[in-house]
Amino acid sequence: MRLLGSATVLALLWLLMSGIYKPLVVGLGALSVALVLFVTRRMDAIDGDRPRLAFRPLATLGYLTWLLVEIAKANWAVSRLILSRTMPIRQMILDVPGSQATDLGRTLFANSITLTPGTISVETVEGENVIQVHAVAYDEGDHEALAEMGRRVSAIEAQRAG
Amino acid sequence: MTASGGIVDVLSWIAIVGGSAFLVIGAVGLIRFPEFWSRLHAISVLDSAGVLLLLLGMGLQGGLSLVTVKLVILGLFLLITGPTATHAVANAAFVSGLRPPIRSEDRAAVAATAAAATREPPASDGGPASGPSG
Repeated sequence: MRLLGSATVLALLWLLMSGIYKPLVVGLGALSVALVLFVTRRMDAIDGDRPRLAFRPLATLGYLTWLLVEIAKANWAVSRLILSRTMPIRQMILDVPGSQATDLGRTLFANSITLTPGTISVETVEGENVIQVHAVAYDEGDHEALAEMGRRVSAIEAQRAG
Repeated sequence: MTASGGIVDVLSWIAIVGGSAFLVIGAVGLIRFPEFWSRLHAISVLDSAGVLLLLLGMGLQGGLSLVTVKLVILGLFLLITGPTATHAVANAAFVSGLRPPIRSEDRAAVAATAAAATREPPASDGGPASGPSG
């Protein structure tokens, strides 16, 4: 079943990316899909580590839309900082507590922080659910803004049984 | 046909010119900012607003075609690889000992707010020592 799913996705990707529907090219596509499936099966037999996408799909779309708006706002702020005559840089490393249940959720949170101009996730604290974030124009409201983003990421994580 | 085509053209040009402007701003920031850590942030303006707006503009020009599908896939891919690359550079610098220049009065202010935040939940136990364990 998983094999069939991967085959469909890979074949669809090839057809969309190539755009040339001659027998030779499509045949080469089928061949590479088969090769990729063979290699992934072998890899799976070796490490067996399967990441699961534990996000609710519709809520994730909503989050991505919200994130794009945040990115736009932050871009504006950093662009103003770059172009201002005095460049009021106020650098800071913040400890941001994460509330995500899954590794994938934590990754999404850290990547969202980096994607937003003005903040970069630098390091995680060993054994704790804390991300160290570097801010270029620190503001007292940053703690609350980052916590808000963390809550939104936690909200789109699917409920996990056990 | 021509009217709607004109609107799409205008929108795509706004996106392309806007994206180009952000690319220039990011490049200026890369030069103007004083040192490594702040320069990283100038780059994040480049690869979020600049590139995404350019892709949007080109997608509007492409219309509903395979080209646009490729642009969308490219955009999604960049949303994952961009921050990963930025984080890799920042983390490498941090691990090898390069620290951002933080003003001492700012550091004190943040330590105060962090202490206030952590003081709220426990409150009951005396706590062996103040300050974070890390």
